[in-house]
Amino acid sequence: MREITFASAFAEAVHEEMDRDPTIFVLGTDIRIRGGHFGQLKDIGQTFGPKRVVDSPISEAAMVGLSLGAAMTGLRPICDLNFEDFYLGAMDEVVNQIAKVRYKFNGQFKCPLVIRASSGAARATGPQHSQMLEAWFAHVPGLIVVAPSTAEDAKGMLKTALRGEDPVIFSFHKMLGNMKGPVPDGDYTTPFGQANIVKPGTDVTIAAYSIMVPKSLQAARELEKEGISAEVVDLRTIVPLDVNTVAESVKKTKRLVIAHEAYKFGGMGAEIAAQIGEAVFDYLDAPIVRVGSKHAAIPVSPVLQEQITPGKAEVVAAVQSVMEGVVRV
Amino acid sequence: MSKANYYLQTPRKHEVTSFDRELVLGFLKEMVRIREFESRAEEQTLAGNVVGGIHLAIGHEAVAVGVMQALRREDYVTGPHRGHHLVLAKGSDMKNVMAELLGKATGISGGRGGSMHMADAETGLLGVNGIVGASIVIATGAAFSAKYLGQDRVAVAFFGDGGSNKGQFHESLNMASILDLPAIYVCENNEFAVETAVSYSTGVDNIAERGSSYRMPGIIVDGLDVLDVYVAAKEARQRAVQDSRPTLIEAKTYRFKGHSIGDKEDYRTKEEVQERMKSDPIFKLKHRLEEAGWLSEQQWNELKSEVDREVETAVQFALNSPLPSAATALHHVYAKEMF
Repeated sequence: MREITFASAFAEAVHEEMDRDPTIFVLGTDIRIRGGHFGQLKDIGQTFGPKRVVDSPISEAAMVGLSLGAAMTGLRPICDLNFEDFYLGAMDEVVNQIAKVRYKFNGQFKCPLVIRASSGAARATGPQHSQMLEAWFAHVPGLIVVAPSTAEDAKGMLKTALRGEDPVIFSFHKMLGNMKGPVPDGDYTTPFGQANIVKPGTDVTIAAYSIMVPKSLQAARELEKEGISAEVVDLRTIVPLDVNTVAESVKKTKRLVIAHEAYKFGGMGAEIAAQIGEAVFDYLDAPIVRVGSKHAAIPVSPVLQEQITPGKAEVVAAVQSVMEGVVRV
Repeated sequence: MSKANYYLQTPRKHEVTSFDRELVLGFLKEMVRIREFESRAEEQTLAGNVVGGIHLAIGHEAVAVGVMQALRREDYVTGPHRGHHLVLAKGSDMKNVMAELLGKATGISGGRGGSMHMADAETGLLGVNGIVGASIVIATGAAFSAKYLGQDRVAVAFFGDGGSNKGQFHESLNMASILDLPAIYVCENNEFAVETAVSYSTGVDNIAERGSSYRMPGIIVDGLDVLDVYVAAKEARQRAVQDSRPTLIEAKTYRFKGHSIGDKEDYRTKEEVQERMKSDPIFKLKHRLEEAGWLSEQQWNELKSEVDREVETAVQFALNSPLPSAATALHHVYAKEMF
């Protein structure tokens, strides 16, 4: 299979879907010429022109609100907010408007739109360009939240989003953008709400999403050397959340580590741990351990950033602790 | 009409006889429908039958009717929390509007929305909204859609003087200007954002002057004169359709009632309200029609009783409608039920 980057896979999906469906348009900053700051919309402007690829002023509320009004009246917007941190200028539109429009109007309107933004910490991206807000969005009924970790899923899930009828928050981790992976030729979609076992194992389950999937795979390889067989589950979508796949895995391994880059406090790990506790508590041989960022803003200095955001080492340590039955992190 | 950049238009007086008689009689009837609906909605609130708070649009009738009568049915409309007049003037069935206030299954939002969350896909009403400023961004998107799809259609955002101080107002007007959108922004300046006077909250003498920042005409109309509103809205619609250019209309009106029912109104005097109510838009128009010999007492009484019957039917329909089925509480969160 050919290998392309996560960003190119995203752009391919946009190309193919815009070819297929004339109601899809892109609204974002620095898109038409540059193709976005992460190569995620490369050549889209050149191919589809200014009518369908609309450069926006830096007006997040109007960008997201415009997308909603367009989605209610027959279009399918792809709204590119650049950095996930920039959602904060449009939270009324996301939370009070987009998420509720179908429900409060009794199903009279649908809201088929995708908002893409680059999430997570890269080198020295700092306090206001590094956040992962998926747990915020997951807390709001009406939003679909996706955080794929591979090029194949980035393309397949964007296609699912652009053929669905619900608003989709697409978390595109900066450090995944240039990561290459196999992508099938031809048309395919990746379903929402189906986790993927990316590495089978027998001793411990690591449930992760987004950037923590490749980091967990690295951790699993290191743990193999110690004789620990970790099963890595890529959740892929946050809402809807496929807890069943994690529960089935835990029945086999009896241990669970949950890894995400977002803050551990109040993060998705807490929700997953609670649901696993409710579903398969009797199978657990050790406490569930969560890996996530420590509770501080993301500092610019790489020395400090390393202290806050989790990596392979934190996942390895978490697994070792549940294997011993002693919580160390 | 040529492409117009910013200019400031002050209110204009139009002879009632320069319009079609049936048209103006229709305006009068629509305004009376709203007034009677609102009076009965207040009565139903005080009787404990309305679920949730409501914001009466008494004093706003001429704005809603003047604008909606200048629109076509396919045009899109959004509005703020004070929006019953907009819902009715855009053409929703009064029975379903009253039922929504009572939280009934037959309400236009199935009882999910209540007063502040009514929408009607049939009339192009993309919703009144509980959040100040939201109507402005959503209509901007509908205007984008109409242009993108090459439709002969405009989108109108209603909002208050309070809404004009939100970032959404400024972001939207800028966006509509640079993208040449067929949008009409109608500020219903009733002088109060809840309790805060516009003279305090707003750093400009006329909200319409804010059009100058966004290269669009700022049209001040007498919001208590339906004819002035109608003409301005007609022109704005033409500008939107022919030139694909937006317009900002400021309709200067006055909130004859409190912000919501139960408002003690400590922020203004009773005398002030009484003085301002001398400019009641319905009685002003009625008087002008009578002077023109276009409305007899008998015609007025017929109009009134016709409206009374319609509103009474709506109230009875709402009272006798079933409550929503509890089993539907989780419907419509997503396209397919997920939780």
